[in-house]
Amino acid sequence: MGKVVLVTGVSRDLGRTFARSLAGDPGVDRVIGVDVVPPRGDVGDVSFIRADIRNPVIAKVIAKEDVDTVVHMSVIATPGTAGGRNTMKELNVIGTMQLLAACQRATSLQHLVVKSTTTVYGASNRDPAMFTEDMQPRRAPRSGYAKDVAEIESYVRGFARRRPDVRVTTLRCANVLGPAVVSPLTSYLRLPVVPTVIGYDARLQVLHEQDLYGVLQHAVREEVAGTFNVAGDGILMLSQALRRLQRPTVPMPGLAIGRLGNVLRQARVADFSPEQLSFLTYGRGVDTTRMRTQLGFEPTMTTAEAFADFATTLTPTGGRAERVLATLSQALPDPDEPVLEAVAGAEGAELAAGPRAVPAHGAPGGAEHG
Amino acid sequence: MGDAEIIPIGTRGRPGRGTGKAPSSAARSLASGGAGSKGASGRPAQRRTSEEAAEPTAPQATDGAQADRADRADQAQPPSAPAGTPVPERPAARTRDRHAGGIPAADLMAAFHVAAREVFGEEWEVQLARFLAFLRRRVTGSYVVDEYGFDQEITQRFFMAALRPIAQKWFRIEVRGIENIPTDGGALVVSNHSGTVPIDGLMTMVSIHDHAGRFLRPLGADLVFRLPIVSTMARKGGATLACNEDAERMLRGGELVGVWPEGFKGIGKPYAERYKLQRFGRGGFVSAAIRTGVPIVPLSVVGAEEIYPLIGNLPSLARLLGVPYIPITPTFPLLGPLGLVPLPSKWLLEFGEPIRTDDYDEGAADDPMLVFNVTDQVRETIQQTLYTLLMQRESVFR
Repeated sequence: MGKVVLVTGVSRDLGRTFARSLAGDPGVDRVIGVDVVPPRGDVGDVSFIRADIRNPVIAKVIAKEDVDTVVHMSVIATPGTAGGRNTMKELNVIGTMQLLAACQRATSLQHLVVKSTTTVYGASNRDPAMFTEDMQPRRAPRSGYAKDVAEIESYVRGFARRRPDVRVTTLRCANVLGPAVVSPLTSYLRLPVVPTVIGYDARLQVLHEQDLYGVLQHAVREEVAGTFNVAGDGILMLSQALRRLQRPTVPMPGLAIGRLGNVLRQARVADFSPEQLSFLTYGRGVDTTRMRTQLGFEPTMTTAEAFADFATTLTPTGGRAERVLATLSQALPDPDEPVLEAVAGAEGAELAAGPRAVPAHGAPGGAEHG
Repeated sequence: MGDAEIIPIGTRGRPGRGTGKAPSSAARSLASGGAGSKGASGRPAQRRTSEEAAEPTAPQATDGAQADRADRADQAQPPSAPAGTPVPERPAARTRDRHAGGIPAADLMAAFHVAAREVFGEEWEVQLARFLAFLRRRVTGSYVVDEYGFDQEITQRFFMAALRPIAQKWFRIEVRGIENIPTDGGALVVSNHSGTVPIDGLMTMVSIHDHAGRFLRPLGADLVFRLPIVSTMARKGGATLACNEDAERMLRGGELVGVWPEGFKGIGKPYAERYKLQRFGRGGFVSAAIRTGVPIVPLSVVGAEEIYPLIGNLPSLARLLGVPYIPITPTFPLLGPLGLVPLPSKWLLEFGEPIRTDDYDEGAADDPMLVFNVTDQVRETIQQTLYTLLMQRESVFR
């Protein structure tokens, strides 16, 4: 007998796409999607139930449908989509409380998967290079998304204590990047000219969209309890990532970015919350050893590959310097080729140098004037 | 220059430049048909006939952009034609054979070749191509950083290259006992800290890189990572935060880690207390080494104390700015930016014999007495070596 999985937060793209792909999993009988508003796109085999997780109706849904696995994805990062910070907080914190209360009553429930985020670790100058799951943020978050997530995680821990028979998997996912993802980070990277904090270069570690679906599905299938950091391998510096995306940057002081962020938020272009700003200042890296050894999940894409995939959907707005350099270097001999030549034998050096010199001398001249 | 004709410049007494009523004659003659095209009045056109002598000389000003000038003349022609003044076409040869101020292309090329050979040596094409490839890698971001943000390419090519002359020429660093640094695997270099500004850390990095061929990964105070620019450079240069998590992670990863346990107490001590080691923190570096089983290499640096002799401090201003101290040296802030130039003392770096930590049993890192003992042992070794080196030193600057 397959599983009956309830997925919250299916109105948004990540939740909807995940629910759809989960419905195709042979080990899963039925997927029930729950949200306050109907999903924006096709949900396929997922049966959608319009219910608010902030009120006790959700308990009835869980009991009636005989749900054995709950995937909680309804944690939102931006107040913009929810209609204000208060609504966001209510959806995140009260919603989770109600959902967990319903789960506690549900005798059929065996497994709870919570999609959390590495934002719980915060970002500061006193951070270790890589956070492991046992580490705490250096400064407790005071507001916003980070605080919501910290509270949600503490409720989840409380639930795990009260229902020891339910396996609880908390996945702390790094910032999700993908061609279709709309998040504070992606809208920041999509800006035609990207403001950066002057004098700082953040370390970024991201998770590709496909790997997010992959790890959630893996968690539903394998039922490994525990808290796991989930992120792609490797680190990119923010400056490096922006160069790869061919985006021109404007370094400006952090305070000015905060002010600019307010303007951009009102224009609904991008969002610079305080935790987003400190993330873009100091960056964050997480240790994913436990994800490999205990959870047994291997992301398909590294951070660099995720950025490369994201770049395919962006129209480059910069990269002029690169084109100039590319033209220049075309006029010069290939730097790797002569190295081999020199290694091959010193006695052949004269022979090699003779014919080379003729075409090569004219070439850089052309580049000079061109 | 004998055949040069005199070009009248100025307004010749008529209202012109700066009055805002009419353009100066020089401007009119430069703009040629520009004034006529507006058609505001017939005056400019009439005047042109009288000033025809001055008009054609305008294109002589420079010869660099001949093509550009020709374009402009073409654009200017049609509007001036209706005004009824047939401007005689200037023979282009006139400007071409003068060569005034212009360097022929062949000369430019030759100069470029010589310069390139000067900078990149005989194989300059290859070198230049390699340099361009490097630039392209930087511009496209296709380089690799490790999880601490260490950028090996920029460190090797830029930071080390910039620090090397200072180490060799300015401080004339003499390195002893380099064989005590293991050629591979994790090790912890523990050094004394001095000199008001942590230049000794940078010099240790470049000396180890040049003599032992390994990158030293320094552990820095959180102040380093709070400061703009400094934090970016520190991460790119291989530093990370001095905390147990990072130290152990790096040592487990087989890196050569550098630590200065005296911290700000060491670099910020007055000149009178030079070469007196301060308290070695809480011994966290020892427990990290014991936990990972790597050897501790004591390093004694002589010479760094004298680069900025600290004779005073501004504690209240320092507190206001949130930094540990504001130094006053004999030259700073008296001489302003010039006071930032370090005194050229002669430096000696001696690496002591490694202290093994891998034969302690499990849980030794949590035994405070053992950790204190090892800390003291390291501290004593460095202090004794400092005294020996000071005895051997002829003078501060030699």
